[in-house]
Amino acid sequence: MAKRDGGTQETGTRNNQGANLARTEASSELLRELVAHLRQNRTQLREEWVSRIAETRLLTAMTKEEIFAEATSVYDSYVEALETETFEALQAYARNLSERIIPRGVETHEVVGIVLLLRDVLARSLFAKYQTDFKKLNRILDAYEPAANRIANTVAISFVQERERVIRQQQEAIRELSTPVLQVRERLLILPIIGVIDPQRARQLTEQLLRGIRTNRAKVVVIDITGVAAMDATVANHLVQTVEASRLLGATVIVTGLSPEIAQTLVTIGVDLGKMNTVGDLQGGIEQAERLLGYKVVPSAEPR
Amino acid sequence: MEVPILKQGEFLIATFQAALSDADLNHLRIGLIQQVVRFRSRGVIVDVTAMDVMDSFASRTLREIAHIIRLRGAETVIVGIQPEVAFAMVQLGLTLEGVATALDLEEGLAYLNEKFKTTN
Repeated sequence: MAKRDGGTQETGTRNNQGANLARTEASSELLRELVAHLRQNRTQLREEWVSRIAETRLLTAMTKEEIFAEATSVYDSYVEALETETFEALQAYARNLSERIIPRGVETHEVVGIVLLLRDVLARSLFAKYQTDFKKLNRILDAYEPAANRIANTVAISFVQERERVIRQQQEAIRELSTPVLQVRERLLILPIIGVIDPQRARQLTEQLLRGIRTNRAKVVVIDITGVAAMDATVANHLVQTVEASRLLGATVIVTGLSPEIAQTLVTIGVDLGKMNTVGDLQGGIEQAERLLGYKVVPSAEPR
Repeated sequence: MEVPILKQGEFLIATFQAALSDADLNHLRIGLIQQVVRFRSRGVIVDVTAMDVMDSFASRTLREIAHIIRLRGAETVIVGIQPEVAFAMVQLGLTLEGVATALDLEEGLAYLNEKFKTTN
C-alpha cells in the first residue's frame, strides 16, 4: 500500500516539478516497459480492439477495412504518445482523422468511445501480464492511467474542435449565401429574404443592400419577404431602418410578400409601417418599380 | 473651413470638402439662403460625400436649410450620403424627413431637372 501511495504522488507531481528526479526516472522506466509490451503485442491487441469496436457497433459509417487501417494508425500514435509523453503528434493526427471522418457522419460519442475502448483493452492486457505481481501492476497503472486519460482527452478535444471549426465554416458560408442582392433591370435591385432573420443577419442584410445600392446606382429596391415565416418587433424595426437608410441614398424601397399573419402581427405590435411602400407580391412590386423607373413592358408577340 | 457654393444655371451646388464644425454649418446655412435669394435659384444641391460622420447638429442643420429654402420656393437635395453614414443616421433617428435625397451629384441634378420639367 505504501508503495502505491508513493506512486500516486509521483505521477501527480511529475508535471508540476522536476524535483524528485529519481522517482520520475522510475516512472519513465515503467512507461518504457509498458511501451515495449504494447509494441510486442501490437497485432493481437489491435485485433482485439477492432473486434471490440465491432461488438459495440461504433463507427458504423465506416467499412471494416477502413476501421482496421485507422485503428492501426491510432494504435501506433497512441503508443508513440505514451512513449514520448508529447501529445502534439497525436493531436495533429486526431485533427486530421476528424477532418476525414466528420463528413461521413461520425459522432463525438463514437470517437470518445473507441479511444476509451483502446484504453480498456490495453489496461486488460496489463492486468493479464502482471497478474502475478500485484505491486508492479499498481505502479505500471500509476504510470499508464494519467497518460492514457490525457490521450483520450486530447483526442476528444481535437475532434470537438475540428467539428466546431467545420460548423463555423458552414455557418459563414450559409450567411454569405443567404442575402443576395440582385439587379433585375438597370437601377432596379431585388433582395429576396428567405428564412429566419436574426439581428446579425439583419445588419448584414442592410449593409449589403446599402452597398449594392451604391455600386449598382439603384433607384428602386424591391425587398421580398415572402420567404420570411415570422417577424418580431426588432426585425420589423430593422426593416423600417433599412428602408429609411436606403432613402437617404436616394433609393425608393418597395416591400413585397407580407403574409397576412405578418401583416397582422405588425399591426398588433404597433410597428409604424406608414413610411413603407408595400405591394402584395413580388410581381406587383417589380411592376410598380418599373413604373417608377419609367419602364413599360410590352409583349413583342402573342405567346405561342 | 468654409463650404464653397457654386452657381450652376438655376441651381446652387454646395460641396463639403471635409468634416465641418458647427460654426461652418451655420455659415453654410446663412450663405446658401443669401445666395438663393440673390440668384433666384430654383434648386440647391448639398453634396456630403466627404462626410464620414453625420451628427445630430449636422443633420438638423441640413433639414433646416431644406425647409427654409422651400419657403423661398426652391427645392433642396442632399446627395452622396455614404452607406455607413446612412445606417448610423437611421439608428440615431436622424432620417432627414421631408428632405429629398439622391445617390450622387449627377442623380441630384437629374432629380431637380425632372422636377422642374414637370412643374413648368
